[in-house]
Amino acid sequence: MSDLPGDLLYTKDHEWLRREDDGSVTIGITDHAQQALGDLVYVELPEVDQEVDEGGDMAVVESVKAASDVYAPISGSIVAVNEDLADDPEKINSDPYGDGWILRMKASEGIDEAALLSPDDYQAHLDELDD
Amino acid sequence: MPFIPHTDKDTREMLEVIGADSIEDLFDEIPVELKIDQLEHVPDALSEMQISRLMRSRARMDGSPSCFIGAGAYEHHIPTAVWDIATRGEFYSAYTPYQAEASQGTLQVIYEYQTMITELTGLDVSNASLYDGASALAEASLMAVRANRRVKSGRVLLAPGVNPVYEQVAAAISGSQGLSFERLPQDAATGNVDFENLPVGREPVAVVVQQPSFFGTLDDVDRLTDWAHEQGAVLISVVNPISLAILKPPGQWGAEGADIAIGEGQPLGVPMSSGGPYFGFMTCKQKHVRQMPGRIVGRTTDLDDNPGFALTLQAREQHIRRSKATSNICTNQGLMVTAATIYMSLLGFEGLVEVANTSHANTSALVDGLCGIDGVDRLFDGPFFHEVAVALDRPVGPILDALAANNILGGFDLSPIVGSDALLVCATETKTAEDIAAFVAAFAAAMA
Repeated sequence: MSDLPGDLLYTKDHEWLRREDDGSVTIGITDHAQQALGDLVYVELPEVDQEVDEGGDMAVVESVKAASDVYAPISGSIVAVNEDLADDPEKINSDPYGDGWILRMKASEGIDEAALLSPDDYQAHLDELDD
Repeated sequence: MPFIPHTDKDTREMLEVIGADSIEDLFDEIPVELKIDQLEHVPDALSEMQISRLMRSRARMDGSPSCFIGAGAYEHHIPTAVWDIATRGEFYSAYTPYQAEASQGTLQVIYEYQTMITELTGLDVSNASLYDGASALAEASLMAVRANRRVKSGRVLLAPGVNPVYEQVAAAISGSQGLSFERLPQDAATGNVDFENLPVGREPVAVVVQQPSFFGTLDDVDRLTDWAHEQGAVLISVVNPISLAILKPPGQWGAEGADIAIGEGQPLGVPMSSGGPYFGFMTCKQKHVRQMPGRIVGRTTDLDDNPGFALTLQAREQHIRRSKATSNICTNQGLMVTAATIYMSLLGFEGLVEVANTSHANTSALVDGLCGIDGVDRLFDGPFFHEVAVALDRPVGPILDALAANNILGGFDLSPIVGSDALLVCATETKTAEDIAAFVAAFAAAMA
């Protein structure tokens, strides 16, 4: 059973989004994703100010057995990246929704919440994968 | 790792397990029009006796000429022990085995090789090798794009001394991936980069510098490296491994050093063999290691704390990252690397220095002799390593023919490349004073 905070939005690609007070969105990968990848050894981060389109790849998380792209759930620009992950990628394993955040984005045209998953929807998605 | 072919019985049993009636049945997914029954120009198989006879007669046609051609492949003395050891059954395979960690000896050889190459180039990490020097430039250029994502131009600037064949191969491999190659201006007197007329604002993703240059000259690599870094480019150095015994290693070029070093490994114990197989080497700074293509062997400890060797950083590789792999042609040249490792071990660093110094001294003597002939002069001024371009007052072809009649391979005809009558000559440590005197005498006779 993986941890699933109720105040976040999710994607089918196992990413989470948190709307911050300043209008930005913090993005990371879910507890389920970090468990599936195993011990992370490297995170390739984008440059701050880089523009990304929804669905485009913007970061790479690499474990001892796999490397996986992190896709942009919304279109916009990168406003911050979690520099601590360069030395401590395992923060994603230990605290995927906290210290293991990956980057912060500013949406270029608002956020279509209908295109994202609620905690319940994401849980249903995980259950489907289990079947 | 032995190669064990399948018997008909093996094949039948395997087909039974997977439920296919025949090999044709197994591959019937492939549309018929894509299958080639018979390759054009490829004759039917010959028996061992027939093929041995054919190869012997072809080898005899080569004769045993005295070779003064370099231009990318160099004749060096190879101690007999090199190939005696490299062809032992334990080593005699072209590939890193698929169950890599089961072959600790193979991995250790590659690990020792990586250590030696990083020491020669003065950089942090080496891969297990690439196909050859030319394809290594293609890989290095693609790697530069990944390592330098801020620059979007895809433009690679080549110093005038980069081997033109390397440029062709790199453009063929990476041209369809958005890379373009442009030459930096050449100083007509030195053959090196014309610093007065360097382009501004071209936003190169990488700058490539070959040292010694294709023309044998030595460029101001410190200044070029600093210039490349000022332009925001990755500096790719193309180097001759033998020359690194006496020249400054790329890791020490300029204020920050080259980012990537590549080159042709053939001079390290691999025979010229009509152009291959050779191997390419590649080293880089630690910060670029995840962008480096190819296998990397690392040293580790097992559960009982015994030292051992393992393939490392595999998440960059095609069997894990598929379309996002650093390269899809990143096999290594294991057997050539084994020979090179034994060659370097047998010579030691002092031996390499001696080979480099003797080659330089022999080439100096050769050039002095040639330039004493009327109508022969150096094409470019300045220092050189073991190869020199000479300008002739007449077409090169007939001169080379006359030398060939004297059993001498007189050099590489530069005329189509430089647009004037010129020849590239090289004398390695394999040439004696008598060989050089004979070459100069035959050359003088041909020019008379």
